[in-house]
Amino acid sequence: MKILVPVKRVIDYNVKPRVKADGTGVDLANVKMSMNPFDEIAVEEALRLREKGAATEVIAVSVGPAKATETLRTALAMGADRAILVQTDDEVEPLAVAKILKAIADAEAPGLVILGKQAIDDDSNQTGQMLAALMGRPQGTFANEVTVEGDSVTVKREIDGGLETVKLSLPAIVTTDLRLNEPRYASLPNIMKAKSKPLDTKSPADYGVDTAPRLKTVKVNEPPVRQAGIKVADVDELVGKLKALGIA
Amino acid sequence: MEQRDDLDEIRRAVRALCEEFPGEYWRAKDRERAYPGEFVDALTRAGFLAALIPEEFGGSGLMLDAAAVIMEEIQAAGCNGASAHAQMYIMNTLLRYGSAEQKARYLPGIASGELRLQAFGVSEPTSGTDTLSLKTRAVRDGDHYVVNGQKIWTSRAEHSDLLLLLARTTPREEVEKRTEGLSIFLVDMREAIGNGLTIKPIRTLMNHSTTEVFFDDLRIPASALVGEEGKGFRYILSGMNAERILIAAECVGDAKWFIEKATGYASDRQVFGRPIGQNQGIQFPIARCYARMRAAELMVHHAAQVYDAGGNPGAEANMAKLLASEASWEAADMCVQTFGGFGFAEEYDVERKFREARLYTVAPISTNLILSYLAEHVLGLPRSY
Repeated sequence: MKILVPVKRVIDYNVKPRVKADGTGVDLANVKMSMNPFDEIAVEEALRLREKGAATEVIAVSVGPAKATETLRTALAMGADRAILVQTDDEVEPLAVAKILKAIADAEAPGLVILGKQAIDDDSNQTGQMLAALMGRPQGTFANEVTVEGDSVTVKREIDGGLETVKLSLPAIVTTDLRLNEPRYASLPNIMKAKSKPLDTKSPADYGVDTAPRLKTVKVNEPPVRQAGIKVADVDELVGKLKALGIA
Repeated sequence: MEQRDDLDEIRRAVRALCEEFPGEYWRAKDRERAYPGEFVDALTRAGFLAALIPEEFGGSGLMLDAAAVIMEEIQAAGCNGASAHAQMYIMNTLLRYGSAEQKARYLPGIASGELRLQAFGVSEPTSGTDTLSLKTRAVRDGDHYVVNGQKIWTSRAEHSDLLLLLARTTPREEVEKRTEGLSIFLVDMREAIGNGLTIKPIRTLMNHSTTEVFFDDLRIPASALVGEEGKGFRYILSGMNAERILIAAECVGDAKWFIEKATGYASDRQVFGRPIGQNQGIQFPIARCYARMRAAELMVHHAAQVYDAGGNPGAEANMAKLLASEASWEAADMCVQTFGGFGFAEEYDVERKFREARLYTVAPISTNLILSYLAEHVLGLPRSY
């Protein structure tokens, strides 16, 4: 069984993003970029399934600029077998990404597609669900535990107030939540091995997908600066303040 | 270009590993003067300390420029590579001058980390830089050598299985050339401790796990001799260039950490209603440190390239170490000044890194000795000592 793992190059989670002066988006010039953390978890889960013998090949895919090659190299250095870059400098919305992934899945016929539940740059949380709909395949989102048995996969899902267990028939779509696993870091020998692993470069047109945006970003603002609080002497004063603010 | 990409990938991987070891981890180790074993294990497991060991012995067979990038990133991430860097380069002497049997016996274990070779006994209480006057003796006795003497500033000896030892095998007055008569031995300390070998830790300014090592009729097998008897001084000289270049790379990493910290603090810290970094009195020292760091960085890369091309990088390695250690120390001082009082508070990590950075204008070779080298060997001035 093949596992397809889409990975996205995003602003590093340690970086404090700054909004561009004209309010059109986040300033990415000279900013550290990394693999989306949820995608790292997806790569790790795919590698673990391969190591357990449940999968034979892990294919990493990224849709984005030439620099996304770095992200794919990281996936290869973690242990993925090969990679595909669908290169475009345009901003690609979740629906277009899902269409590209469907075309790749049609060609590669993976048993599982494991995606991060969302990317930490736009927090859309849509691609996996859209892909499942486009492919007409079952989905197990926000996975906390993934077990492959025969021709089905059992996914424990993180939902409000607990865990829900679903059993899906393969092929299926899984999206990862934070607690699914702790991703490994690339070892030096694997970084060196990754150099010789295949990395194909394609374009959205190769898959017949139009990536023209359906959405328009109207404005991006910095979050409001947190105002200083006040000290209250006792509970009565606190309740009084809350009442005055209309909160209690 | 391809090489560049490789190095970037290595940088990212080292950073990812170092993120698991944040300031709190190092503060706790520093407070207890404890060895950062978990960090060293993680670096070992990920194969970084075996970067320079050839692939046939289980390493990655990389060039020195890649190893330098590993050490630089460790420091730039706020970690302390001094706890582990020697595992990377001490084996060089074994690799270059050891017998096929010694290499096959030890290198695979060193590559996997099963065997720790990260202690090097050279300095003695009465001979630091004047290595040729060292007094520790190794006297041949049948199939063994009997070692007597004392070493000092032997870092990580308590956390190493093997010790590379430089000892005198021919008395100074009996040698034809003054550089002869010293020999290199690979001592298995696991067998030696309590049988003639004693290690005593020395508490220092920073958390560095350095020690004194005492030899009292320690018997080591004759097979512990590396290369030919009497040629040890020449063997260690070639290894010192790699050590200096790697430590220079660490200093560049430290300078980057100080500059990043200072820049971040100067941008955020508000005094008189505006960020202190808006004042040129704060900006200029940071900018100057940046320029000095970049200059040192270029010299470190250049020295590594000369080394990797098989040339003699003596001058470049020394200059890289001189410039980088001064750049990191200047940046350390600037960072404390930028932070003001907070630079002294443990929780900002600045004071810890400041103490750690102080080492490198002194060790593994002091600035004055580098200047003497340049004056004598590069400029042709008369020998001063």
